Amino acid sequence: MSRVKHLGSRRELENYRDLLFVLVQKDIKVRYKSKILGYLWSIASPLAFACVYFFAFRIVMRVDVANYPLMLISGIFPWQWFANSVGSSPRLFLGNAPLIKKVKFPRIIIPLSMILNHMIHFILSLPVILLFVFIYGGAPTLSWIIGIPILLAVHLMMVYGISLVLSSLNLFLRDIERLVDVVMRFVFYFTPIIYPIELIPERFQAFIPLNPVAPLIISWRELFLFGTFNLAYTAISFAYALAFLALGYFVYRKLSWRFAEVV
Amino acid sequence: MREPVISFDNVSKHYPLYTNVRGIKNVLFNFPRNLRAMRSQRFEALRDISFDVYRGEKFGIIGRNGAGKSTTLGLIAGVLRPNEGRVVVRGRISPLLALGAGFNPELSGRENIVLNGILMGLTRREVLSKLDEIIDFSELGDFINHPIRIYSSGMLARLGFSVVAHLDPEILLIDEVLGVGDIKFQQKCLDKMMAFKESGITMVLVSHSISSVISICDRAMWIEDHTVKMVGHPYEIAAQYCKAAGVEVDLGDIPQNVEFSSS
Repeated sequence: MSRVKHLGSRRELENYRDLLFVLVQKDIKVRYKSKILGYLWSIASPLAFACVYFFAFRIVMRVDVANYPLMLISGIFPWQWFANSVGSSPRLFLGNAPLIKKVKFPRIIIPLSMILNHMIHFILSLPVILLFVFIYGGAPTLSWIIGIPILLAVHLMMVYGISLVLSSLNLFLRDIERLVDVVMRFVFYFTPIIYPIELIPERFQAFIPLNPVAPLIISWRELFLFGTFNLAYTAISFAYALAFLALGYFVYRKLSWRFAEVV
Repeated sequence: MREPVISFDNVSKHYPLYTNVRGIKNVLFNFPRNLRAMRSQRFEALRDISFDVYRGEKFGIIGRNGAGKSTTLGLIAGVLRPNEGRVVVRGRISPLLALGAGFNPELSGRENIVLNGILMGLTRREVLSKLDEIIDFSELGDFINHPIRIYSSGMLARLGFSVVAHLDPEILLIDEVLGVGDIKFQQKCLDKMMAFKESGITMVLVSHSISSVISICDRAMWIEDHTVKMVGHPYEIAAQYCKAAGVEVDLGDIPQNVEFSSS
């Protein structure tokens, strides 16, 4: 028997849609209060990263990779979306404590709005990637038209799943936040972002798909770098995305009714 | 036969003391001991309470700090779930009205009204159609277009009450908030609450202000040591409560709820 019955507080679909809309709009508004500067900030950080790696690996260590700056750019921008979303998820429900304690609403929408927000920043930074593609003599291909929407969807699902797990669990185990910092550092260097796949020693090549982020980032990078759509790696990322989404939903369902007790 | 809109049926609520499982580290290293500790140490917030609130009633809840008043409101609002017993609520509920719940400091007053309204379950269209009325009632003037981080606590209370009061909830939950506004606004809130009486809205008011419980409520409940001590006429409850607390309050001057004093 259900212990709580709230009749008459059903939300319509329109309300869910509006809820998502205002939550996303809220973050965007806060970020882009001054429009030009806000946009510059959201691309400044990945560009700065790219510059640092370019200096360290190309100028100092003289690694010989063709179109290295373009390779960096096409890997770092998708990675930023991933890393920013995952990195901010542990504090997500904690940061919205007043809401969770006072208002009954589907909390599952909070991580979604955060991720959509990061996705919008990523989409807005696509022109920067395009600019680099042009500089290095490339051009967008037909694969972009199918590749970008599919990868956006897969990426969104994967981050949503991971974020649901982390944001829910961190309410109960508060040191997850620190653990995420450490793990993300490993994931960054184990994912082919600042080096091409070919440089990975032969005996480790088979392990690439074991890193859930690697197939996704490789798919993004090949799309921008070579204009090709890597079906195999996209399929693997899709499988990971589904698994994370299922796990995330399961964890959220198990824990969400206790949220107001622990925030 | 009057229809109960809120019924508590032998409701108990206890919180585990999560201190032992605060982090992954602790869980990993002392798991069995901590699990036992978590089961045995718990904080009892409400023990086997039952009461009904009927449609259109103004129901006051008084009691000492930590007696379980806020837990009761949390259960009504549906942000908490009872461990035993059953809570049934019929009707659309307002969030627990408290300072700044759901407000984003960077957004303007106007934007916060929309955000809050949608969180409460309305659609964007519905909120926008009431926007002017809400802004008028809050008397915030030009401040409505400024970010609310520059608001004083009294101004926040004005904004909060104005939003909740105009989104016609069927059940209005008020948790100790009216003390913050200036006397003129307090009077305005009282007038608005009296107007609710005619429209048949059910109101649950948690307050330490004995006088406002007596002047607003039809019925009051006194919670002591996590159980219901008394339910009845607000004046009597207040008199008993003051006596038990050892505080002498002259209740004679307080205008009593009109409906009751005439009957």
